[in-house]
Amino acid sequence: MKAYGPFLWRVLALLALALAPMSRPSQAAETALVAVAANFAETAQRLAGLFTARTGEDIVITVGSTGKLYAQIINGAPYDVLLAADQRRPRLLVEGGHGVGGTRFTYAEGRLSLWTPQPDGIPAGGGIAVLARGQFRHLAIANPKLAPYGLAAKQALEHLGLWQKMQPRLVMGQNVGQAFSMVATGNAELGIIARAQVLSPRNGQPGSRWDIPEHTHDPILQDAVLLRHGQNNKAARDFLAYLSSDEARALIAASGYGAGKSGADK
Amino acid sequence: MIAALDLAPIWLTLRLAATSTLLLMLLGTPLAWWLAHTPSRMKSLVEAVTALPLVLPPTVLGFYLLILLSPDSTIGGAWVSLTGDNLTFSFSGLVIATMIYSLPFAVQPLQAAFEAVGRAPLEAAASLRAPPRDAFLTVASPLALRGYLTALVLSFAHAIGEFGVVLMVGGNIPGRTKVISIAIYEHVETLEYTQAHALSALLLVFSFVVLALVYTINRRFPVAAG
Repeated sequence: MKAYGPFLWRVLALLALALAPMSRPSQAAETALVAVAANFAETAQRLAGLFTARTGEDIVITVGSTGKLYAQIINGAPYDVLLAADQRRPRLLVEGGHGVGGTRFTYAEGRLSLWTPQPDGIPAGGGIAVLARGQFRHLAIANPKLAPYGLAAKQALEHLGLWQKMQPRLVMGQNVGQAFSMVATGNAELGIIARAQVLSPRNGQPGSRWDIPEHTHDPILQDAVLLRHGQNNKAARDFLAYLSSDEARALIAASGYGAGKSGADK
Repeated sequence: MIAALDLAPIWLTLRLAATSTLLLMLLGTPLAWWLAHTPSRMKSLVEAVTALPLVLPPTVLGFYLLILLSPDSTIGGAWVSLTGDNLTFSFSGLVIATMIYSLPFAVQPLQAAFEAVGRAPLEAAASLRAPPRDAFLTVASPLALRGYLTALVLSFAHAIGEFGVVLMVGGNIPGRTKVISIAIYEHVETLEYTQAHALSALLLVFSFVVLALVYTINRRFPVAAG
């Protein structure tokens, strides 16, 4: 065993050397690490592009479900900003001391659409009729227990009196992204998903859609919050401020969201 | 604690694992037999294909299956016109996915066992005028018993633990595609830790027992062919 001693130390030293750059604080002065809920990822990328062009400050985006990002943050993930898909997780982060109080605000309000890749699948004004007639095998939604968009989809179906009727046809993605892919790949004929996904330039099949009226469900308010890790990060604070600028709000609105009101903690 | 637990995912998972394991034994046997005895140069390629699920992330299998089994595809479309139902989001679809996912766990132990048995016992049987099918059933199969036990137990256990593929092609439908691993995932994400603990502990104990069983089998029957 003794013969392995020096060797072992050398291996350990090498390991330490290899790991060293990772444990150094990740950002130089002007890079912010932004954790973004999956539904907003693409819009966030475009916002970051505009922001960097304007300020020269870099934004690095990590995408995940709000729940997973939350779990990572409370376990020490080095994110500076969280753009969540709900209000609850940012609030919990502030309450738990992982988010900076007074920095929380609604940056976007999610919108739902009933969507099918079939161009004539949903005639204009006929969304409810398509659902009520039930001539399809599967309707994809995000899991209402896990995803804000899923909960809103459930509320909308309940409001329309179709929730019970849809039960045998419902398939659930773990998040609205998975629900979207179920429809995009033709496995489910219809889906209730985020309007931003349908409008996305990455979506090659505009198909047909019915925009679900907002009054049928609780608003999908998506909050942003500055995280403790980023409280001294100028880029992080600037990016948050930028999100409520006219330019950013116009892009957010064009991407299929209601642009959030500017304002602080409620 | 168990009273509050939804037992449907457990029952469904057991059904899924049993069905797919049974089918795998039936379809895996000729494949393993062929691999054990063929002089064909294709052997390496077929072996590589068989081992793919060991290496590929479940997301890759899930992604391809989502497309292959979709009603818009040839396979999925044929299934729809045959049964009127999707292959994805259905129990049948999960059985197919699980079989592909567990294929190496069935085929590899069987192939190893058949190779260990070798040709000699079969040739002896043939010289005693046993028809090939008889020789296989009464001579080769019993000698490959250890391989069968290992294949059976591993395929079954692997099917029980499947998550990624089911997540992608299942659609989380209670009683049809919501298996234990998906139920655990949902419990964890919704902070229902009590239920998550119960199901996770169940899986942990089960997996330990299964592996202990496999290693015991391997000790009891050290060399299949003697």
